[in-house]
Amino acid sequence: MSVPAELRYTAEHEWLAVDGPTATVGITEFAARSLGDVVYVSLPSEGASVTAEEPCGEVESTKSVSDLYSPVDGEVTDVNADLEDDPGLVNADPYGAGWMFKVQLASGSGADDLPPGLLSAAEYEELIKDSD
Amino acid sequence: MPLRYQSETAEHLAVRRAAGLFDLSHMGEITVSGPGAAAALDHAVVGQLSALAAGRARYTMMCAEDGGVVDDLVVYRTGGEEFLVVANAANTAVVHAELRRRSAGFEARITDRTGDYALIAIQGPEAAAILGPLTDADPRELKYYAGRDAIVAGHPAWLARTGYTGEDGFEIFCRPEAAEAIWNALTSAGTPAGLVPAGLAARDTLRLEAGMPLYGNELGPDVTPYDAGLGRVVKLEKPDGFVGASALAERAQAEPRRVLAGLVLASRRIPRHGYPVLADGRTVGTVTSGAPSPTLGRPIAMAYLEPAAVRDPKRGLAVDIRGRAEPADLTELPFYRRSRA
Repeated sequence: MSVPAELRYTAEHEWLAVDGPTATVGITEFAARSLGDVVYVSLPSEGASVTAEEPCGEVESTKSVSDLYSPVDGEVTDVNADLEDDPGLVNADPYGAGWMFKVQLASGSGADDLPPGLLSAAEYEELIKDSD
Repeated sequence: MPLRYQSETAEHLAVRRAAGLFDLSHMGEITVSGPGAAAALDHAVVGQLSALAAGRARYTMMCAEDGGVVDDLVVYRTGGEEFLVVANAANTAVVHAELRRRSAGFEARITDRTGDYALIAIQGPEAAAILGPLTDADPRELKYYAGRDAIVAGHPAWLARTGYTGEDGFEIFCRPEAAEAIWNALTSAGTPAGLVPAGLAARDTLRLEAGMPLYGNELGPDVTPYDAGLGRVVKLEKPDGFVGASALAERAQAEPRRVLAGLVLASRRIPRHGYPVLADGRTVGTVTSGAPSPTLGRPIAMAYLEPAAVRDPKRGLAVDIRGRAEPADLTELPFYRRSRA
């Protein structure tokens, strides 16, 4: 199970890649595998405000529907339109082509300003190791 | 049985194109034997099992006095006075108890043999070719809904040409100790032909595409066989009556209360069990099963609808998917029918 070291994670199984003032958000490989084949992803609109730990979309797989949570406060600047036609990208490449949305961070300009509660790769691995 | 071994969509497509291997050992097996076995079953279920030839199988149902479905069953006549009743796992105890109660006064012995049987299904267009070299029986000679004693991978088994996927396929009832050897032999023989192990998720989408009901979804104590469009399994003309006959005779005459219909959706969102079906914003039914159809590439559902809602197939229907009405087209069941070569 891949948990890239450079990313941050949430207990809700989202990942966050911070690049200056913006962050890219997706769901982890662990989440994608647990859900099964993803068939539909509902994403927030560009320009929408998202709030940390609040639902901003949903990820639907053959067997279940799960809320998608934003890991941070901010404004959505981009969404992955490819997922509309090919939601299976979430399973095939959860940390790459399966990314979900980008956020302009409300807290300012980068990793040092991230809210508490986000997990490092090591902490996230610890979280999922017993449920695998 | 796991939900999936790999991607459930890949497993589903493998069964449609080549073959899939299913571990169905959770299913219940109950034997009914003795000189009165056929008469006892005629009384206990809605079908006429006394008319079944040895070596043949029948899909039937056990109903309550009020006509509600207790379980749907496949019954094999394994010998002149021997029947094998296959029940859904969750209903096995109830079916066993009811068979015992209903066979009082008949010369029949009812035994729950679930622990004595493992059940492996091989399903798909390549199933017969994969199975053939591993058994003394010729799978191609076995009729659909027939079964026989056979040696499979060196082990005695009851080999049946039955299934729950809409494809050609076989079900192998064997001793639990033989299951691993048979599973491994089929895996080795089938892998080059595209056989994969398949889980419960694929089994569910395969049977849904094939328009086959699932107990707990389309069937249950508040549903009669007529509601499910399966009135043909009820043999009201059986001479000595059966449990539920009078209630079912009434239902057979009455206008249907609801109709089991097929829906195909335009969106990718999935209509799930329990979601309301709308016509002009009014609820006219409920989804019983729904899934993305790997074959059609669109979400499909079975739903119980008011009879008026299906009278005009052009009328726009929708499924209320968590607050949003997603347009749905009525379609004939099944969604998928295999081409018979």
